[in-house]
Amino acid sequence: MNSTEPAILEVRDLVTHYPVRRSLADAVRGRPRRSAHAVDGISFDLRAGELLALVGESGCGKTTTAQSLLRMVEPTSGTIRLDGRDITHLSQRRLRPLRRTMQLVYQDPYESLDPRFRARQTVAEPMLVHGIGSRRADRRGLVDELLERVGLTPPELYADRYPHEMSGGQRQRLAIAASLVLSPRLLVTDEPVSMLDVSVRAGVLELLDGLRRESAMAVLMITHDLSTAAHFADEIAVMYFGRIVERGPARELVRNPRHPYTKALLSVVPARDPRRRAVPRILQGEAPDPANVPTGCRFASRCPSVTDACRLVDPALDDVSGSPGHEVACIRSEELASDSAGKVVTT
Amino acid sequence: MRIVRERPAATVGAVLLALFVLMAVFAQWLMPYDPHQQVGPVFGTPSTAHPLGLDDGGYDVLSLIIQGGRISMEVGFAATVVAIVLGGGVGILSGYFGGATDTVLMRITDYFLVIPDIPLMIIIAAVWGPSLGHIVLVIGMLLWTGTARVIRSQVKSVRERVYVQRARSLGASHTRIILRHVLPQVAPLLVANTVLTIAVAIFDETALAFLGLSDPTAITWGTMIEHAFDRTAVSAGAWWAVVPPGVAVSLVIMACSLLGQAIEDATNPRLRVAHLSIRGFRIRPVRPARAEA
Repeated sequence: MNSTEPAILEVRDLVTHYPVRRSLADAVRGRPRRSAHAVDGISFDLRAGELLALVGESGCGKTTTAQSLLRMVEPTSGTIRLDGRDITHLSQRRLRPLRRTMQLVYQDPYESLDPRFRARQTVAEPMLVHGIGSRRADRRGLVDELLERVGLTPPELYADRYPHEMSGGQRQRLAIAASLVLSPRLLVTDEPVSMLDVSVRAGVLELLDGLRRESAMAVLMITHDLSTAAHFADEIAVMYFGRIVERGPARELVRNPRHPYTKALLSVVPARDPRRRAVPRILQGEAPDPANVPTGCRFASRCPSVTDACRLVDPALDDVSGSPGHEVACIRSEELASDSAGKVVTT
Repeated sequence: MRIVRERPAATVGAVLLALFVLMAVFAQWLMPYDPHQQVGPVFGTPSTAHPLGLDDGGYDVLSLIIQGGRISMEVGFAATVVAIVLGGGVGILSGYFGGATDTVLMRITDYFLVIPDIPLMIIIAAVWGPSLGHIVLVIGMLLWTGTARVIRSQVKSVRERVYVQRARSLGASHTRIILRHVLPQVAPLLVANTVLTIAVAIFDETALAFLGLSDPTAITWGTMIEHAFDRTAVSAGAWWAVVPPGVAVSLVIMACSLLGQAIEDATNPRLRVAHLSIRGFRIRPVRPARAEA
């Protein structure tokens, strides 16, 4: 990873709020319009060939982040730079040609493919949209090439199939092929395997991993599965409640988690060796209401190591000393580091 | 085709409608006499030469029915095209874009929806003057509202489908998304609505013609009834001048309704009640899966 290379995607303080409908009574009383803070100030860079995993539980804002990056949902504030160009406030019309460079792979391949399109049409559609391959034969050749690249071989066997004639894994491969037609610089994958059968997950993930190595594509992988992230990602960012609470090189973050939330996530990942089992730390309490953000640390309501200070100070993402590239947002991270809490316990 | 097999009423409707369409298409060759020529005595009774008798002008009623059906159905179909294009267009734009577009278009639709059709048609037809073109426009302009509503609600659900979102994230234009992804999904519903609208359009044309607001020189089922009524066919006891056009109109409307409702049943899952009936719980033989598309 060469950090001097310019980033393909630069995200700074991205905030996306969803308006919450206020009741008529509230409107009459003049109460302010409230909003759900789905993404509340996240920043990261993504360079060519890099795979960043965004990890977190459901409802923490992962998908909203993906949707905001691609401007499928309008961000409230912050900046998104794609190849150095600020796309945060570009009009949808002017954004359209740029969509070539960023593609999204959706979670559910049973929903994301038009049921009336044959595989060939699905893959050819982006070409027609962006005017690539003006001749039919060119497009045909490219479609076959792509189907082959995503492992739908031989292509002539799959090209004329409808989505309902394919398995989940095949559909997801098809969706990936359709995203790759445009040779994007950035691929955002929103839980690419969570709807797939466990037996085909590895195959699809290997495919994504291979593709980004071949074509120096930057990949943002959204997942709730920390073990997948640890295996494939270069870097992991752990999200909690609209914020990145810990970020670092994948290996380092998994071996040496600093945030209590990351520790809790890691403790429930089953170990390969059943004798070496971490004590699962099931979080108690509930996540706060996204329309009513508490002062202080957002994790305080569920944190096992909470102190009074935690409820007052909203921790910023700070460097972890002695571990380059590793950042954590916890005021107690230094004192807890020496603690045995959260470490893998051998029984 | 599946629709026809599972619903006998649809078959009846389809066959009946096909017969009337064929009759209209081949009117030239099917008419035994020239419908513009006096071929026998005024109000001549039905006979082997004139199976449906003769009308007030001594014209052959069977020939008039065939010729009149042609124009009635032409007007009906043309008005339906106007209604479906308007209704489908408004419905798709409204459902797809939502927001202010939706509000404005739907308020206009509401406005047209609450106007009593027939009185307004009478007024407009009277103001514009009698002509078949005007009749087509008037009927078309008042029959699109139902279609617009139905299509809008369907489009609203289709636009939220992930594959439509995906097309948007690919950078596809609105036109492309509407034509390639949304329209094919609502097409069956549009077809069902078309067939149902034809029935109403033909009925309205007959009603307007009966009131003397259609082109008086054109022969349609409506003008036939009007003439029979005006020119004392009823008091002369010449039932054959009134009953045949009435029956013809009824049959076409019935055919369209049967077919249209069957298509609507088959394409609109919300109207399917089989799962609520006792029959639905019977164990049925597994049929080979058929492609949906």
